[in-house]
Amino acid sequence: MGDPVFWHRLQFGFTAAYHYLFPQLTMGLALLIVILKVVARRTGDEAYNDLARFWIRIFGINFAVGVVTGIPLEFQFGTNWSAFSRFAGGVIGQTLGMEGLFAFFLESTFLGLLIWGEKKIGPRRHFWAAVALCVGSWLSGYFIVATNAFMQHPVGYRIGADGTLQLASFWKLLLNPWAHVQYAHNMIGAVVTASFVVAAVGAFWTLKGLHLDHARRNLRVGVITGLFAALLVVFPTGDLQGKLVAKYQPVALAAMEGRFESGTHAAMNFIGQPNVQARKVDNPIRLPGILSFIAYGSFSSQVKGLNEFPVDQWPTSVEMLYYSFHIMVGLGTVFIALMGMSAFLLWRKKLEGTRWLLWILMLAFPFPYIANTAGWMAAEMGRQPWIICGLMRTAEGASSMVHAGQTVFTTLGFAGLYFVLGLLFCFLIGREIAHGPVAFKS
Amino acid sequence: MHEFWFGVVSFMIAIYAVMDGFDFGAGSLHLIVAKTNEERREVLGAIGPLWDGNEVWLIAAAGALFMAFPKVLAAGFSGFYLALFLVLWTLILRGISIEFRSHVEDRLWRTFWDGSFAVSSILLPILLGMALGNVIRGVPLDLQGNFNIPLFTTFGTGNPVGILDWYTLLVGVFAWVVLTAHGALFLAWKLEGPVQARCLRMAMPLWILTLALWLATTLATKAVNPAIFEAFSKTTPAWLFFVVYVAGLGLIFLGLSRRWPLLAFLGSCAFVLGILATTATCVFPVMLRSTLDPAWSLTAFNASVEAQGLRAGLAWWLIGFPLVVAYFAYLFYLHRGKVKAAPEGEGY
Ligand code: HDD
Ligand code: HEM
Ligand code: HEM
Repeated sequence: MGDPVFWHRLQFGFTAAYHYLFPQLTMGLALLIVILKVVARRTGDEAYNDLARFWIRIFGINFAVGVVTGIPLEFQFGTNWSAFSRFAGGVIGQTLGMEGLFAFFLESTFLGLLIWGEKKIGPRRHFWAAVALCVGSWLSGYFIVATNAFMQHPVGYRIGADGTLQLASFWKLLLNPWAHVQYAHNMIGAVVTASFVVAAVGAFWTLKGLHLDHARRNLRVGVITGLFAALLVVFPTGDLQGKLVAKYQPVALAAMEGRFESGTHAAMNFIGQPNVQARKVDNPIRLPGILSFIAYGSFSSQVKGLNEFPVDQWPTSVEMLYYSFHIMVGLGTVFIALMGMSAFLLWRKKLEGTRWLLWILMLAFPFPYIANTAGWMAAEMGRQPWIICGLMRTAEGASSMVHAGQTVFTTLGFAGLYFVLGLLFCFLIGREIAHGPVAFKS
Repeated sequence: MHEFWFGVVSFMIAIYAVMDGFDFGAGSLHLIVAKTNEERREVLGAIGPLWDGNEVWLIAAAGALFMAFPKVLAAGFSGFYLALFLVLWTLILRGISIEFRSHVEDRLWRTFWDGSFAVSSILLPILLGMALGNVIRGVPLDLQGNFNIPLFTTFGTGNPVGILDWYTLLVGVFAWVVLTAHGALFLAWKLEGPVQARCLRMAMPLWILTLALWLATTLATKAVNPAIFEAFSKTTPAWLFFVVYVAGLGLIFLGLSRRWPLLAFLGSCAFVLGILATTATCVFPVMLRSTLDPAWSLTAFNASVEAQGLRAGLAWWLIGFPLVVAYFAYLFYLHRGKVKAAPEGEGY
């Protein structure tokens, strides 16, 4: 615990995970707001516009917290990971710099217009402001994912004269194959979150007997997009992620499944606790062949186990990696079942009367947040012990001059500040939901 | 190419100071110039749609610094570790103060956010000014290009240096007063009625105070870093920027005496931009000055990435920058005219 690197990692992991609670709703909701507005224009049904206005208010609060928690992350590259920044800045400075110039300015400009510009700029331009904001937030997602993808799977670089990384090919960096897959999977994960939230609010209003017309539309939009997103997040995007990890980070793949022995027909555990000392999984309930299939597309493929790799290449916490991955995949399966059933009842026009399912829909909204966070934990812990896969170890990337006394202080500071911020956020969102849909006042 | 990127980074920081500067000024003043809830909503309405975009200049400037001069970013950010976290936390407080206040119609709730908005808007320019003071005075950069300094030591400018000493505090206070005066002019331009009248009344004394502090800071800088003044007499661009900011001062006083707030506000933009640009041209090419050995200073030449990275950056920066200018022009155009308090339940 006196090790400064431990605290740098804890601080970065905590602040990044906290930040990402907000952008996932921002990016997903931005798309759903555009969808609501398109439906309103197509059908002339003003209730959809009331809902869009309601979600824009939620969006505004969420966005504000996303912005203020995002800025520390950008700075932490320099404050906490200065050796990494010095080494890799020649490459990742490109994508991070572009994010500011191309995405954040776009978002911040159109946010104000979207939130309170409807009267001022009229419905048509208000619609385009929603589109611009959606584009901006999806762009910022791409640049940050491309930065992360470089750390997972470095491409487009060369070693410069002073030993640091330099840009060799801008397009290779920007079009990193890892980034495409990660981006697709991640963005659809964001849509899953937003559609669960939209459906949950619909279910809540229905159960309370409030705003029934609006609640019905919330349920419809949330459940239909939710079903599509829940399917896409697993196949093809999650599947492709698994194949990339198998190809470029075989150690991480083995650790995600707690697989120590190599062999064919590799199994996927449903239940079981990795026991690293004994190099086995305790109490396993497993399905043979599934891991081979996820990784290489055939049930009989050979999958390497951890035993084939030296221990200093193993991810630092095999246990956390294993659970993160299993939580994500497990929830992903449940999401399909839940949204599939809801969509079926919606189609038979029975969803509103099925109160037990509405209860589940209402209470399910935290789970996509958990799945998204677990997914990032799997990605980031799977990358260990590297900060840039194969090029720099995490321990070498930290700021050498910053001692643990400083990092512990700032970590505790963030913990306190973010706790209060979280309470305020929940309070404000709760008020908006109690308040209900927003009619146009001229 | 190195000159260009040094210019871009300094320019983006200067724009940040001009743009977010008037937000700080509005926050520093609002408890005094806006008394009622209605008046506070006018002030927030004037900056509400703009502040987030203004703040992005800081992020984008850091991004440009990261892309072109990662060694400066690495050394500076880890060296000023604790001070930077204070800046970050204050930025968080400032942002949510603006965004959360209007959501609840309750006197206590609003009084709290008014207070936190004022406190954070006062602290931020002081902290950022102190950062500038540290850069001018220099930091104990070692041969590896690292340093880490405590918040304070002896409050003197000699080694061992601390972030807070008499000189950096002076620059911090100067920055705060300038930006408060700048914000008063912005509010005078965007508002009318009693708030505007109070801003106009405060602007003149604030700018006179600014002049006095400017003189003090200039003399102090001459004592702390004489090289700047040698450079000043030798570089033509420095003279050009000097003219810009003196002309800005002229416009401010002309605008104030003619009761034409927009003119005065444009003058103060030129003043803030000019003074930072003059400083940047005088310290060029040094980006972080070492107090241990001048040869260990980080400069635009020894801290940059190689040519290919700079060239790629140039390509996207030249595409992105006009776009950003266009967004801002559009936003200011839609936000034109005098701002009125939004009805309860809408706007800021
Ligand atoms: C709603 C959220 C959600 C759901 C249901 C899933 N994922 Fe996921 N997953 C993410 C949200 C997510 C994420 C947060 O978006 C991650 C983290 C990093 C990234 O790009 O995406 C991620 C990462 C991630 C990784 C790690 C990649 C790496 O190491 O870099 C793999 C292998 C998978 N996913 C595979 C799957 C599979 C096979 C799923 C099937 C059920 C699945 N995910 C469901
Ligand atoms: C938003 C989702 C993200 C989450 C939840 C997340 C989570 C984490 C966690 C838990 C760690 C600590 C890993 C460990 O100690 O084992 C970590 C480390 C780190 N992450 Fe992320 N991360 C996210 C996104 C990103 C992105 C997009 C980037 C790059 C642009 C990034 C860069 C880093 C760096 C530099 C470290 C520190 C070095 C390390 O421990 O590997 N993270 N992150
Ligand atoms: C760890 C690395 C990360 C860094 C350094 C970072 C940086 C930032 C910064 C500085 C902001 C504020 C921008 C503003 O003022 O408008 C921000 C907001 C945002 N970030 Fe992140 N971020 C990280 C992780 C992520 C991830 C993983 C995603 C999604 C894929 C993401 C998507 C967004 C979006 C969409 C916004 C704007 C909307 C909102 O804040 O809700 N960020 N981020």
